Amino acid sequence: MAHAKNHDYHILSPSIWPLTGSVGAFVMLFGAVLWMHGSGPYMGLIGFVLVLYTMYAWWAETVKEGTSGVDYTPVVRIGLRYGFILFILSEVMFFSAWFWAFFKNALYPMGPESPMVAGQWPPAGIETFDPWHLPLINTLVLLCSGAAATWAHHALVHDNNRKDLKAGLALSVALGILFTVFQIYEYTHATFGFSGNVYGAVFYMATGFHGFHVVIGTIFLAVCLLRAYRGHFTPDNHVGFEAAEWYWHFVDVVWLFLFAAVYIWGG
Amino acid sequence: MADAAIHGSEHHDERGFFTRWFMSTNHKDIGILYLFVSGVVGFIAVLFTVYMRLELMHPGVQYMCMEGMRFFSAAEAGSCTPNGHLWNVMITYHGVLMMFFVVIPALFGGFGNYLMPLQIGAPDMAFPRMNNLSFWMYVAGVSLGVASLLAPGGNGQLGSGVGWVLYPPLSTNEGGMSMDLAIFAVHLSGASSILGAINMITTFLNMRAPGMTLHKVPLFAWSIFVTAWLILLALPVLAGAITMLLTDRNFGTTFFQPSGGGDPILYQHILWFFGHPEVYIIIVPGFGIISHVISTFSKKPIFGYLPMVYAMVAIGLLGFVVWAHHMYTVGMSLTQQSYFMLATMVIAVPTGVKVFSWIATMWGGSVEFKTPMLWAFGFLFLFTVGGVTGVVLSQAGIDRAYHDTYYVVAHFHYVMSLGAVFAIFAGLYFYMPKFSGRMYPEWAGKLHFWAMFIGANLTFFPQHFLGRQGMPRRYIDYPEAFGYWNFISSMGAFLAFASFVFFIGLTFYVLFAGRRVTVNNPWNEWADTLEWTLPCPPPEHTFEILPEQKDWDKSHAH
Repeated sequence: MAHAKNHDYHILSPSIWPLTGSVGAFVMLFGAVLWMHGSGPYMGLIGFVLVLYTMYAWWAETVKEGTSGVDYTPVVRIGLRYGFILFILSEVMFFSAWFWAFFKNALYPMGPESPMVAGQWPPAGIETFDPWHLPLINTLVLLCSGAAATWAHHALVHDNNRKDLKAGLALSVALGILFTVFQIYEYTHATFGFSGNVYGAVFYMATGFHGFHVVIGTIFLAVCLLRAYRGHFTPDNHVGFEAAEWYWHFVDVVWLFLFAAVYIWGG
Repeated sequence: MADAAIHGSEHHDERGFFTRWFMSTNHKDIGILYLFVSGVVGFIAVLFTVYMRLELMHPGVQYMCMEGMRFFSAAEAGSCTPNGHLWNVMITYHGVLMMFFVVIPALFGGFGNYLMPLQIGAPDMAFPRMNNLSFWMYVAGVSLGVASLLAPGGNGQLGSGVGWVLYPPLSTNEGGMSMDLAIFAVHLSGASSILGAINMITTFLNMRAPGMTLHKVPLFAWSIFVTAWLILLALPVLAGAITMLLTDRNFGTTFFQPSGGGDPILYQHILWFFGHPEVYIIIVPGFGIISHVISTFSKKPIFGYLPMVYAMVAIGLLGFVVWAHHMYTVGMSLTQQSYFMLATMVIAVPTGVKVFSWIATMWGGSVEFKTPMLWAFGFLFLFTVGGVTGVVLSQAGIDRAYHDTYYVVAHFHYVMSLGAVFAIFAGLYFYMPKFSGRMYPEWAGKLHFWAMFIGANLTFFPQHFLGRQGMPRRYIDYPEAFGYWNFISSMGAFLAFASFVFFIGLTFYVLFAGRRVTVNNPWNEWADTLEWTLPCPPPEHTFEILPEQKDWDKSHAH
């Protein structure tokens, strides 16, 4: 910056990443439409790579700013936390659309016009998962992963214990991956398909979007683990880690709702 | 100059063109970009309406023919086969563009970005880089929208003709890739708005000038804050709904397909859960602008500042619990209809608080009819007319007769096309000297206002009559009996369009040859928010030294 800053806010110099990210998003989505209409995935993949590269470069810049010790003043860190909480709130509303679809169908299944028997959920002919089998194990896996992440957080905040920080993060990442593997295993052993029946639609889209968030959260925690090895994060300056933590707990909570509503009550 | 000392140095802007406009992290430049792009998209969306009004000017189909689009009526009779798809495409893209790509970007993105940080004395937005991502994702969304218009769609023609609400089964059965492009366009626009909302809320909560408690924040900044919450909570739900459309269309899910146990009415519920907050997203920033304009040109502080704030909050909250009044006719139970009817009517209370507070602000004031004030007056009249017909439509029984008629078209154009658009114009004239450093000629602004005011009323007032006579909306043609008022409506649309073209010319005239504004505040001392303490136009960086309370706090201690 050319001139002296007289306040604690973060004034940024111009950046190319918003433009490249948006061009990438356009190419990716245009390509996805072409792919859905049978024209091959290449254009979409090119856009996807551009989006991924933008994410990498942008966040690398953010990490650099975060560790510079200059840019992220206490007030900026508060702002980043606000921002991330708001982002999670918008995610909650996104999931509410899928829960809406689920509860509508579970509470008011379609009438005689449809092949489903009125008032019956799950629909006739759908064999659901036993919630007390793999889903229960997966619930425990995810909750343990959340507990491990919180352990890492406490280790950092209370006595800057780097060893436990890394151990906790590594454990939570490992359990996150295990959850995803179990989920894939479950999907491959399902007796109902994704298309053609509304149970499959709500089940796979709700749990699928959750699974997608688990993958994102796992990557987020893995990045934090990497940063912990690089010596980032101090007991009072670790917004990135805190955000990953919040995100992970949000994913936990969504799962608990899915487990209670879709697997136990609706199954 | 004391102000220059407070608000930063006169330093030469050394950014190159590409750096300044394509890599911006400056809230004022991004605001200008938003206003410019939404103006261009708005012009396209208005062109569609002019073409539609041309077609509706006379009974029969003269212009939208299977033989090709025409702009002059065919000489010989019977040479035009009606092209209903083209008509449907016109109404669809007019709606989609106006809802997602014109009014929100102009009011929330444009005015919100430019003015909200200035009004709270912040040096920029909380996340300046993400701010630019919001803008460019909006541009990417516009590009996908235009691509959708030009891509192969239903009926073997270009574009999708399903209406802006994208109701299934129309939208799930529409052929081609046009519909999928439109869905992604809305996804991108939604993501852009959500990021913008996160940015605005954080800025508002975290970056207010020292001493500016929540009950001292200017009304426009408050209106942006309320709008941001609506966007944050409503748009993700829409993203879910249109994702269901996408998978229904392309991957065989049956969310809205009764043959697979799905229910198309579910889509309507989820859509309108977003859609009703959406109409407040569109109008609430307008409330903010109108409050400042009316206060300035009545030379009085706004009447009832706190009730004005909490009325906006109440409107925002109520906006989430009234959605099904858009779908009284889908077969809801009587109890459900009664609830949605009552909840809807409750909104008239906070809205009434606002309208009467604006009137009370003018009461006993020294009212000066400068152009922005004319627009604010126009807003007040038109928005109230639209609000009153809204109360009529909220009655589930009456809505049986009015549903999907031109009465509804008249109603929502009075609140949106006239309410929100008049608020945009009030803001544009009010802030033109601030944004550009140049003043518009007063006569030209007034001419624009009167042409638009008469044109818009001529267009939409007769549509109440047409609706009451039973003319359904979204049709390319109508019986002879509706000819008279349709002709008048079309004439009004042409006049309003002419006024818009005049405004575009006026804008370029002002930008390049308008009289320079040398003072910080070209209006009067009642324009007392912080942006009026800055030069016109403000320097690249503002409030590098945060403003002091005496710069903005004009109220008595209490």
